[in-house]
Amino acid sequence: MKVMSYMAQWRGIAKEAMDRTAIAVKFLCCLHITDAYFCSPTHIYGPSMLPTFNMVGDIVLAEHVSQRLGKVRHGDLVVVRSPSDPKKSITKRIMGMEGDTVTYFDPMLGDATRVAVVPKGHVWIQGDNIFASRDSRHFGPVPYGLIQGKVFFRVWPLDCIGVPGQ
Amino acid sequence: MGSSSFLWNFTKKFVTFGLITVTVSDRYVTVVPVRGGSMSPTLNPKTSSSAGNFSDDYVLVEKICLDKYKFSHGDVVVFSSPLNHKERHIKRIVALPGEWFGSRQNYDVLKVPEGHCWIEGDNAAASMDSKSFGPIPLGLIRGRVTHVVWPPHRMGAIQSPPREGLSSL
Repeated sequence: MKVMSYMAQWRGIAKEAMDRTAIAVKFLCCLHITDAYFCSPTHIYGPSMLPTFNMVGDIVLAEHVSQRLGKVRHGDLVVVRSPSDPKKSITKRIMGMEGDTVTYFDPMLGDATRVAVVPKGHVWIQGDNIFASRDSRHFGPVPYGLIQGKVFFRVWPLDCIGVPGQ
Repeated sequence: MGSSSFLWNFTKKFVTFGLITVTVSDRYVTVVPVRGGSMSPTLNPKTSSSAGNFSDDYVLVEKICLDKYKFSHGDVVVFSSPLNHKERHIKRIVALPGEWFGSRQNYDVLKVPEGHCWIEGDNAAASMDSKSFGPIPLGLIRGRVTHVVWPPHRMGAIQSPPREGLSSL
């Protein structure tokens, strides 16, 4: 009879464990869906986007809705998966959509301005700090499918909270 | 009151099931149909008789490889098309980043840039692949095809055929 009461206790504990696990699993799934489909935080550092973002590091929120709907435009700040290393993400500004003719200037290659046409399905991205940025001027236009999200709000450093400037 | 609480319970279970399915399908494994014959005879083989061509193949795509982006020769992958981000294509990787690749048709040798790969369909005659749009960034890859799960008589793992005449220097 003791065995029966132990089994009943175990059943109770097991049920409670399952319920708690179910809540944890649901929470993690909600986190994943928010992170992948709506909004996710990103840490940006490096000199390539001065003066918009500083060198030491900013934390921004990037939304993933616009790029799925195809509403990413010229002048938007976007988080892009790097074409030279798929494990890294880079943040740059879109300076040309597909079909545009982009005129750019690369200080490291002399004073001439060059012209490029952005092919179908690609975008031209450039850092705001053209003197210290590796972007489409070096690796060419990137496919739209590499865009992960559009930056719309900065949360750190605290004295620059708000929409990042143009 | 009884029926509305039943409806509420049902909705809760449905939403939970939906959340878990979407998360697992985004991060771990999913099943997708294959359209078109560019990977024939591996996927969607075109048989001479029309019997047996009732439906497209369904394949198992695993997304765990997207953690490290380490692929090997002969992996069949799902990727977003560089020409139209809304389309997904399935092709085979034939050259990895940094390798020298000799293309068949025009006999020249080119180097696959860092972070890119060269993909080709098994059915060379009817395939839009790197021969048209060049090497694609690895960041466009959305998963790796491991098994065929439908139709039942062709269920099994995808083989990676050895390519002759291709060497990585």
